[in-house]
Order: sequence, then C-alpha cells, then structure tokens
Amino acid sequence: MKLNLKIWRQKNKESKGAFEKYEVLVNEHMSFLEMLDVLNEQLIDSKKDPVAFDHDCREGICGACSMVINGRPHGPNGGTTTCQLHMRYFKNGDDIVIEPFRARAFPVIKDLVVDRSAFDRIIQAGGFISVNTGQAQDGNAIPVSREQSSKSFDAAACIGCGACVAACPNGSAMLFTAAKISHLGLLPQGKVEHLRRTQDMVKQMDAEGFGFCSNIGACEAECPKEISLENIARMNRALIQASLTSE
Amino acid sequence: MSLSGIFLMLFLIVHLLGNLQLLRDDQGMQFNLYTYFMTHNPLIKLISYSLYFTIILHSIQGIYLAWVNRKAKGSKYAVSTNTSDSFFARYMIHLGLLILAFLLIHMYQFWLQMKLGAVPLVKYPGHEHDFQDLYTPVVEVYSNIGYVVFYTVSMIFIAMHLIHGFHSAFQSLGLNHKKYNGLIRSIGWLYAILIPLGFAILPIYIYLTQA
Ligand code: SF4
Ligand code: FES
Repeated sequence: MKLNLKIWRQKNKESKGAFEKYEVLVNEHMSFLEMLDVLNEQLIDSKKDPVAFDHDCREGICGACSMVINGRPHGPNGGTTTCQLHMRYFKNGDDIVIEPFRARAFPVIKDLVVDRSAFDRIIQAGGFISVNTGQAQDGNAIPVSREQSSKSFDAAACIGCGACVAACPNGSAMLFTAAKISHLGLLPQGKVEHLRRTQDMVKQMDAEGFGFCSNIGACEAECPKEISLENIARMNRALIQASLTSE
Repeated sequence: MSLSGIFLMLFLIVHLLGNLQLLRDDQGMQFNLYTYFMTHNPLIKLISYSLYFTIILHSIQGIYLAWVNRKAKGSKYAVSTNTSDSFFARYMIHLGLLILAFLLIHMYQFWLQMKLGAVPLVKYPGHEHDFQDLYTPVVEVYSNIGYVVFYTVSMIFIAMHLIHGFHSAFQSLGLNHKKYNGLIRSIGWLYAILIPLGFAILPIYIYLTQA
C-alpha cells in the first residue's frame, strides 16, 4: 500500500525544524518502525539524510520508540507502542503525520528523537530501595499479599516511554513518576522509604520543568501500558502525608 | 487548587439556597431580611472575607498553573486530538477567566452597590431600623433581557467548569478508589448541572414574571 507521510525534520537541538512530505510503498504486515526503515532505505539510496527515530527492542518493552502519529503518541491503537503498531491498521492512500514528542523537558535532539534523560534523573532521585548487599534473601521471607503484588506489578509495567508527557497538554510527568512510586511503595521492601521517595522524585520532576497535573487524563488514555490514574492519586496521598509529617 | 475549589463549591450551595428566596411572592421581603442577616452576622462576615480571599487565591492558582503548564508544554502538535474522558479539563483556564469576568460584573452590579450604599432602603413592620432593598436592583437587572442572557450563559460556563472541577478536586487530594469513582463522577455531574441551573432559573423567572 502507498502512504503519504508528513514527517518532522529537525537537524539538531538548536535548529527550527519543519515538516517534509514523503511517499512510501509498504505492506500491511510491517510494523510502523519497519515502514520507517523502508522510507530510510529510500532516502539513503537517493543520498538523503534518513529520518532519525528512537527504537531498541521492537517488542513493546523498552519504551524507546517515541513518536506522535496523527496526533497520538504511539499511534491510533490503545495500549500499543509504535513498534507494535502494524500497518494493517492503516489504509492505502492514508495521510500520516509523524511528529516528535513535545514537552519542554523533552527537547528534540534530531527529527523524531527527543532527550528523555529527565526521566533517568527522576529515577535517580528516589526510584530505588536501600538494601544491604550480600547474600540474597529467601524469596519467601517477606510475605506480600496477592492484591498488593498485582497492583505493584501493574505499575511496574511502565516502560518509561514518556507517552504520558507527550499526550499531556501540560507536559506533566505525573503518570510516569506515580507509576514508579507505586511500583516500589506498594511492596514491603519499598514501603519503608515511600514518603521520602515520593518527595524526592516529585521534587526532581518539578525541577526538570514538567508541568503540573490538572487531571485531564490524556496520559492514561495514551499510555501503551495502560497505567491508571489511581497511581497519581496514590502519589498525591503520599505527598500530602509527607508534607504533614516530614520534619 | 482543589481545596479552594471545594470551598467555592460549598459556597455555591449556600449562595443558591439563599437566592432561591427571590422566588417568594412577597416583594422581596424575605430576601432582604436574609441579605441583612448575611451582611450583619459576625460569623458570616468572617466567612465572607474567607470567600473573597478564596476567590482571589483560586484565580491566582489557576492562572499560575496555566502559565507554568503552557511553558512546560512548549510547542503544540500539528495534529491535535482529545482522547481523555474529561473533555472540559483542557479548557479550565479559559472557562475560569470567563467566570472571573462574570464575577467582576456580578459583584459590581450587586455587592459593590450595597457596599457603596447605592441601594434604596425599606422599612419592615416589627423592625426599628432600615433594610437595604437589594431586591429592587436585582429585579431591575433581571428585567433586562441582555443581562438575563448574560447570566444564563455564564451559568453554562460555570457548569462546564464544575463538570471537570468536581471529580478533579477528589483526584488531586488522592481520593481515587474503584468503589467510589463512579459515585464521585455521578454526584459531580448532578452538582455541576443542578447548581448552575438553579441559579439560571432566577433571572429567567424574574424576567418572565416582571414582563
Ligand atoms: S506511564 Fe505509560 S506512558 Fe508514561 S512512561 Fe510509563 S508506560 Fe510510558
Ligand atoms: S522499540 Fe522498544 S518499546 Fe518500541
């Protein structure tokens, strides 16, 4: 099938960038990234600069494949990353607009690639548990209830892709940060530092220039791992509790 | 934002209950007696000052939030979509500013006139002192079709603001629970429609009965 692409091209962080139009012939079994590979082959053959885009696992687990497809991060399908989006969801002759994630804290490096290291710094600020190294503990030594472990696991499904920030009109990173905080804080090993972790990670999140949450819910709607807003409420509770009780 | 919003939502209920006395067929006596009580009771005075403060606080918070968030987003997408299920959430600042403009006009029309003593006085049997006859300027304003439309449209903006604001306040305070979310949403919708509707009935009713 033939597609009409309009892709954001930007040389580097400093340059302005603009859309460019391309035509590409692909088959419906390709993934969206393979479609871009085909385009890049064409561009390289004609001695043009290929479109830069982030990708790694191509199986929906690394969170690298950031782009906004027809106004939606990771494209039109719910609960799907760009690499798992297949061309059969498009029709012959479709127009597809591809843009980079947009947020001040995610500056564009080149074309569709944005710098998401702000997420790494949020994790560094508190996304860990403090344990002594040494012999591994007996896995069953600390009882964990089924409900807590499921909820924690749901939050741990966050792949740090940043689609939540990209979807949010406020450029807020609340869903990502809340997912990480819930993932650790719901388990006994992480509970100990839950309040302090929440404060530290939220502080870093604000310092990175992400916006405030106004409960729009676009993050939840666009998250490829369907992380729930419930996590943000849990983080808000911890923040309130921490601000009332911390010294 | 959420706490100031909740205070304002509670105020709206009281304000509406008080204003419904305009519907009584007594030339505004009950309403004016109520107005006197509301402007002379020391406890109510204290609440009024907290109210002025909260209105200003909520406005400043909202404008600051919108300003920071606009900066945080940076640039916009070429193709825009609205996939979240809270439609009005994206327009809170616009609705808020419209409501603020309404509020300024509304307070100029009634509150300021009373404070300046530009309201006629009346006497009621059994009371020594004069009462400010707020009922008369209210009827005057609501006899003007332009103002009736203005008030009604403003109430629609308030309804839209509340549809998001109600459940959003709960989420910000961390109150999100599968068992209660449906209930919060439903009460939110009911509140957001019934309260502005109640307010909107007043100018319409007065306009129709005066005509
Ligand atoms: S919460 Fe969802 S959208 Fe945000 S980073 Fe994690 S997986 Fe991506
Ligand atoms: S490339 Fe890893 S999630 Fe898409």
